[in-house]
Amino acid sequence: MPTLLAASTSVAFPVLTALVVTPALGALLLLLLPANRPEYFKQVSFLIAVVTAAMTAWVMVEFDTAGAADFQFVDSVSWLDNLGISWTLGIDGISLWLVVLTGALFPIAILAIDAEHSPKAYYAWLLVLETGCMGVFLALDLFAFFVFFEIVLIPMYFLIGQWGHGARAYAATKFFIYTMFGSALMLVGILATAFLTAAETGDPVTFDLVTLANTQALSTTAARWIFLSFALAFAVKVPLFPVHTWLPDAHTNAPTAGSVILAGVMLKLGTYGFLRFGIYLFPEAAVYFAPMLVALGTIGIIYGAIAATMQRDLKRLVAYSSVAHLGFIVIGTFALNTEGLEGGLLQMVNHGVSTGALFLLVGWIYERRHTREISELGGLQKPAPIFAAVFMVVMLSSIGVPGLNGFVGEFLALIGSFAAYRWWAIVAATGVVIAALYLLWAYQRVFHGPAEGDNAEMADLTWREGAIMLPFLAAIFFMGLYPKPVIERMEPAVDALIAHVERHVDDFSEPTAEIAPAVELDDLHGEGSDAEHGEDTSHDEDTSHSEDAIHSEEGAQ
Amino acid sequence: MMVAQLLPAVERPELIWEGLLPVLLLGGGALLLVLFRSLVRALPESVAGQVAPAMGALSVLGMVLAGGFSGTDIPLGSVVDDLGWVTYLIGLLVVMAVVAWGVARLGLGLDATLTAGLALAAFSAVWRLWNDRLEIDGPMNIVGDQLGLDGFSLVFTGLIALAVVLVALLLDGYLRREGIDGVEMYVLMLLSATGGVVMASANDLIVLFLALETLSIAVYVMAAMHLRRGESQEAGLKYFLLGAFASAFLLYGIALTYGATGSTNLIAIRGFLDSTTLVDNGLLMGGFAMLLVGFGFKVGAAPFHAWTPDVYQGAPTPVTAFMASVVKAAAFAALIRVFVVTFGAYGSDWQPAVAVLALLTLLVGSLLAIVQRDAKRMLAFSSLGHAGFMLVGVQAASDEGVAAVVFYAVAYSMMAIGSFAVLTVVSGVGDRRTGLDDLDGLAQRRPALALAFTIFLLAQAGVPLTAGFVAKFEVIGASVSAGSYWLAIAAMVTAVISAFLYLRIVLSMYLGQADEDADEIRVPGAVALVIGVALVVTVGFGLVPGELDTITREAVPRLVSLGSAVTLGS
Repeated sequence: MPTLLAASTSVAFPVLTALVVTPALGALLLLLLPANRPEYFKQVSFLIAVVTAAMTAWVMVEFDTAGAADFQFVDSVSWLDNLGISWTLGIDGISLWLVVLTGALFPIAILAIDAEHSPKAYYAWLLVLETGCMGVFLALDLFAFFVFFEIVLIPMYFLIGQWGHGARAYAATKFFIYTMFGSALMLVGILATAFLTAAETGDPVTFDLVTLANTQALSTTAARWIFLSFALAFAVKVPLFPVHTWLPDAHTNAPTAGSVILAGVMLKLGTYGFLRFGIYLFPEAAVYFAPMLVALGTIGIIYGAIAATMQRDLKRLVAYSSVAHLGFIVIGTFALNTEGLEGGLLQMVNHGVSTGALFLLVGWIYERRHTREISELGGLQKPAPIFAAVFMVVMLSSIGVPGLNGFVGEFLALIGSFAAYRWWAIVAATGVVIAALYLLWAYQRVFHGPAEGDNAEMADLTWREGAIMLPFLAAIFFMGLYPKPVIERMEPAVDALIAHVERHVDDFSEPTAEIAPAVELDDLHGEGSDAEHGEDTSHDEDTSHSEDAIHSEEGAQ
Repeated sequence: MMVAQLLPAVERPELIWEGLLPVLLLGGGALLLVLFRSLVRALPESVAGQVAPAMGALSVLGMVLAGGFSGTDIPLGSVVDDLGWVTYLIGLLVVMAVVAWGVARLGLGLDATLTAGLALAAFSAVWRLWNDRLEIDGPMNIVGDQLGLDGFSLVFTGLIALAVVLVALLLDGYLRREGIDGVEMYVLMLLSATGGVVMASANDLIVLFLALETLSIAVYVMAAMHLRRGESQEAGLKYFLLGAFASAFLLYGIALTYGATGSTNLIAIRGFLDSTTLVDNGLLMGGFAMLLVGFGFKVGAAPFHAWTPDVYQGAPTPVTAFMASVVKAAAFAALIRVFVVTFGAYGSDWQPAVAVLALLTLLVGSLLAIVQRDAKRMLAFSSLGHAGFMLVGVQAASDEGVAAVVFYAVAYSMMAIGSFAVLTVVSGVGDRRTGLDDLDGLAQRRPALALAFTIFLLAQAGVPLTAGFVAKFEVIGASVSAGSYWLAIAAMVTAVISAFLYLRIVLSMYLGQADEDADEIRVPGAVALVIGVALVVTVGFGLVPGELDTITREAVPRLVSLGSAVTLGS
């Protein structure tokens, strides 16, 4: 169970606060730069983002793997004393990889695409966005979390509205209103959590996440209502069916860097919120509503996949594929077992890598061809073979081909949800097939066939673009072939979360299934909550099994 | 029951002059100002440029004197102890020189300088009263049992004084641009502010009524002050007619309450209600209803809001800023003192009514704002939404609720003054160009102005890291803590709806195409200063809300019984 180990793990340098504050200070610095030297804006903002990325890398290296269940590097400063609000940041195995992903994606997004106009404001907003995203992943205080969760809307709103294309004003406003509506009710939920807990225990009001999660003083009914208010906010952010409709508009009209960040980082704010705040704060309600969320996730998978198949716009296609991918994360998460949660977490990172890269590639196609209509593209493989090859790898990772990163996450998520919700998992698995269909079909139409007109002249990947793609490709292969370092850092935190749920929910035990490398379907048991295995013995077995499963897949390559 | 027995025999009330100083500075200053300017209509050419800076320097001295008189020590008196008188005097001279230079640099007129100086002196008095009197002696009565001095009245007095300073700076450039320069506007504003201060500290319904009339009548005239604009005349007339109507309701409410409780004194009423169970409370309920209508009109709560859009739109923009800050804050102060404190025991009777008012106000404020095409009118409707939020805090009827409303009033005043300051300069000569399309492309024409306006609008929408968010957070917190979940949810949903309205303005500033032959927007230095101050407060208390939060929590209204130590809390 996570506890604040401030004394043992905090370091003299408040690195997490620095992670949050550095980009914001960078944005201020940009505002102070003289306007007549536009080339500085990109360089300075890139430098700031690289410094931040370097700090995340340092955190990753210094991160204590054995103690991944505990919050590390904790910074805590009082913020609003009268309400027990503090600026508390911490990192554990659940947030570690999302922070690393955020740190890595921002410099890439800044470097990859130049601002079309007003570079100063553009890069400043991107840096503000990074502050917000870092803050969400690191905040351990409900107030601070809400502040960051809301603040990310502003830069993204301006990025879509000012540097977007097409119906950008509509898309930006829709994005803002949808997400703000979700979080408006969450604010009431946050306040209700704090005040009701204080009323039950008689302690002063506090918004400290760890304290509230361990107190569990709320009545079942109250907790369920409050969980719903949180769930709505996160469902909009994820986005879950049926509150996903802002996503295709926002993605299609956003500038490329905006899409990369939106898909790579911002969609995870919702799934991360479910993990860190939904399940952790309201374990009973999470178990109670899990079937509903799994159902919505599955619907999202199938719906997103079918909708993606229909798209004529390449970017919109990728956007809908995000809806499907995020569905896998949700069903994995709400399977509430080690495999599912790990699969969900891995998939969050994987989706950030592969969909981020896909959006970049689509953006580069648009830069060259000024269209994203699939029907107007064709035969790009001939003039741009390297481009096509890179696109192919990234796309296969997005489909979830074994050996690439997408497979590991999806596989684990499906295993987890199969143990808990067998039929939903079977339906969800067909989503993988449809994903192969729409992505391969799109690839075929865009890259194969004869290249005519402008298509024949499309430039291949430049050195700079190749260098930008390199970290993506490295991550895709590394996490596909050897995910152990990633998984072993998240596993203690995931197990701790499940133990937390088991401790606070009387009739819940982790849904498990015996999974051996060559298991037959009939041997699987443990459906839903009537698992036959006690949680104590199954923990260690599960993890070793799941790793076996992964290794066996690697062997199959 | 014999009324005469309840009323104390007529005798000279005990006066605490220090406590009365802010009122005297604002009210007396207004009268002296009008006297001085009717004697000296125009300054001699030779000294015209030097008088205002000199007065600015003198007002620093005034702040020191007012602070020294009202507290046990002069402002920043610790400097004397630490570094000696010489250092303090040198420092004082330096500050005076800087202020004089600043006034000259901004080109402030004499009237605006004097008004701002008086208000600053009042603020300095409030500051010392808070630190030296309130912290030590606790709440007290300053004029018999008619006027009280507590943290609540002091915070509102300080807020009103600050708002007067900012609006005076706005008025200076505005009146000259419109060619209606004169001392009248400043005098009326000071008188109105006096009324507001008395309203916030009144312990008697009659005093409260007189203060409300002082506040209102001055504002009626201010709204109609732009003689060459039809809308301004219309606004003044509308405001006057409906305001007079509302005053009648209020007066009738006072009469009914008097009939039910036997007193117009809030202390006596509270004592009566606490100690007596009424068999038939029809009269009292009628009084509640009438009083609520009267206050509802003043705070601009639906369904008594019909005047708001027309008056806010028609009035000269700086006057609109004054109405949104001072008038609203003072009305909420009185509402809280009468309902939450005095009628606290009957909360279960009036809280549902306030809840309905809050809900209606929130809905009207957010829904009707969406369809507007004029930025000033939009902000008028959004002021309804804010009034609704503050009513949600009132409905909680708790110390937290009151603290939240005080916080909200401070935050909203600053956001509103900032927003209307931007509109003052954008609207150009004649206050004409306040339409949404007049804001098109402001980001290209005036990036800094557009950014400032965006921050004010986002703060009003309740975006975190602004004071507007903390204010909403506190109000919703108080509401949730009082168990009014549905009201809290409704308030948040309408906040999202009104976000749409603020985004529309932001969109037109950033995405709209600027009219090629639009006049250049001139931003006088004084207006830039106002925007800067409002911005610092809005963002500052958003980032570090602790200080203001502590102050608002200490600003609990108290009724102090005469001759006894019993303090009746809320």
